[in-house]
Amino acid sequence: MKLTDDEKAMRDGAEGPAVAAAMDLLVRYGEALDCERLCDTRNVAGTMTQPSPAKTRLVKEGGWHKAFAVINLDCDEDIEIPDMRVPTCQLQHGFSGDAEGVVPYSKELIELQDDAEAFYGRRGVSILATCTPYQVGNLPVRGEHCAWMESSAVVYCNAILGARTNCEGTASTGAASLTGKIPCWGNHLPENRYGTHLVDVGVPVDDFLEWGMLGYFVGDLVQEDRPVITGEIGQPELVDLKHFGAAAASSGGVEHYHIPGITPEAPSLEAAFGPQPVPESVHYGPAQRLAIYEDLNSQGSSTDVDFVLLGCPHASIEQIWRAAKALDGRTLNSGTQLWIVVPRALKAVADRSGYTETIERAGGRLLTDSCPAMSRAAPTGTKVFATDSAKQAHYLPAILGIDAWFGSLEDCVNAAVTGRWTGGLR
Amino acid sequence: MTLVLHGRKVVPGVVEGEALVSHETISGWGGIDPERGVITERRHELAGQCFTGKILVFPGAKGSSGWSGFFQASRLAGTAPLGMIFTAMTTKVALGAVVTRVPAVLVPTEQHPLDVISTGDWVRIDAASGVVEIKKSD
Repeated sequence: MKLTDDEKAMRDGAEGPAVAAAMDLLVRYGEALDCERLCDTRNVAGTMTQPSPAKTRLVKEGGWHKAFAVINLDCDEDIEIPDMRVPTCQLQHGFSGDAEGVVPYSKELIELQDDAEAFYGRRGVSILATCTPYQVGNLPVRGEHCAWMESSAVVYCNAILGARTNCEGTASTGAASLTGKIPCWGNHLPENRYGTHLVDVGVPVDDFLEWGMLGYFVGDLVQEDRPVITGEIGQPELVDLKHFGAAAASSGGVEHYHIPGITPEAPSLEAAFGPQPVPESVHYGPAQRLAIYEDLNSQGSSTDVDFVLLGCPHASIEQIWRAAKALDGRTLNSGTQLWIVVPRALKAVADRSGYTETIERAGGRLLTDSCPAMSRAAPTGTKVFATDSAKQAHYLPAILGIDAWFGSLEDCVNAAVTGRWTGGLR
Repeated sequence: MTLVLHGRKVVPGVVEGEALVSHETISGWGGIDPERGVITERRHELAGQCFTGKILVFPGAKGSSGWSGFFQASRLAGTAPLGMIFTAMTTKVALGAVVTRVPAVLVPTEQHPLDVISTGDWVRIDAASGVVEIKKSD
């Protein structure tokens, strides 16, 4: 790897041992990628505060300095962690205080995380505490080099905002936060941003449920590649693309895609493919749509629903409002819980707008900071859950060993009210 | 019978051990339990199998950006694989191999490592030279 003079100085310790350790990790990582150089970034989204068994042990051993060194820098030395060099935010993490008495989640972990927030906040980490930083104030500009984790945020950052990030990890974002550097590889290079597959949509895709299913289809089809979506798609909104990207990054590893005429790097179909010819298209029609729905609903048989989860990725304010309308004047089944996971900044808006009150009057809860998958926690005794998120339906059965139903927000709310799954494709 | 494949270094080091082969990509977060070193994705071909002390041979990483963090956690819990051989380079798998601190080699798909190597074969990785030697178990 070729390092610039400032990067060499950081590696050699001019900025202290933590920055040197960060640069060492970036060089090891860059060499693993066979990458030639680093690029500058002033936008890091990573994770430091999320509790884990390993972190609990490290904090006991040497405090948060030790935890950051080992987990966020892959460094075994006892070093002091300085202020962040560039703007850095904390993504989603564990449940916090508002989950007490609702979520079976240990008070010790909540306290550990509070402690972490205080430590990292003092060093300049903004505690956004959401998988959707783009919903609450971190909105990169087209062309901006970022170092983001969270696959659903990464794909949103690249495809919808036209900023440039790879799918970074805990250690690479930790190193970026102390150096303002990240390997200039993959999505940072313009030649790696053109489409590779063409998908022709032959069924109306006009709601986030449909966008989620299309995303799940596309991710399975292209895996790590870059799909270009055309056909019977309506004008998508933030929520639609939030669900499309999250699903495509679950069934596959999609980090970037184009919708000609909609997304910023694809003014036309030809532009989406750049120097390459437009390939033969793969069709997404009624049969493919049905197969995806059945696939997402193949992880359960009992229609008795204990738990309904909305808001993955973290709900938009519109989704909270839509859930409030669906729940208005109704009461949840006594054996079923409904959680909507949201960024805390949007919870404040929901509280102020009265949506929280409507949802809670029905028996539902808004929870911030986390989700059942991140915190490995669902209502005690849950055997069957329902969700409007393809991503959560993909992951939660593996993480918690429970069955899953996937359907529309309204089908999920009906399941919460009746305790039975009666959803279906319309 | 000994077979040889030639790849490129991802993480340097020499290691040998028994292969565990996955023809499907592997999820880190939501796909493995680092405390036990077990693949937990329900519909995965290796669901329930332990990778601790094995040379993990697989196409690459998929899913969440927690991939590297989860494999790092397996190192911290003492349940990590012994080495990694994969065919598709991504940031997830590159960083994952680095923080798992195990010898790792990228072998081109054209050499068909997922077909050439079978679970149970004895595999030696010399990552610096990119050489993978395979002693077939049958």
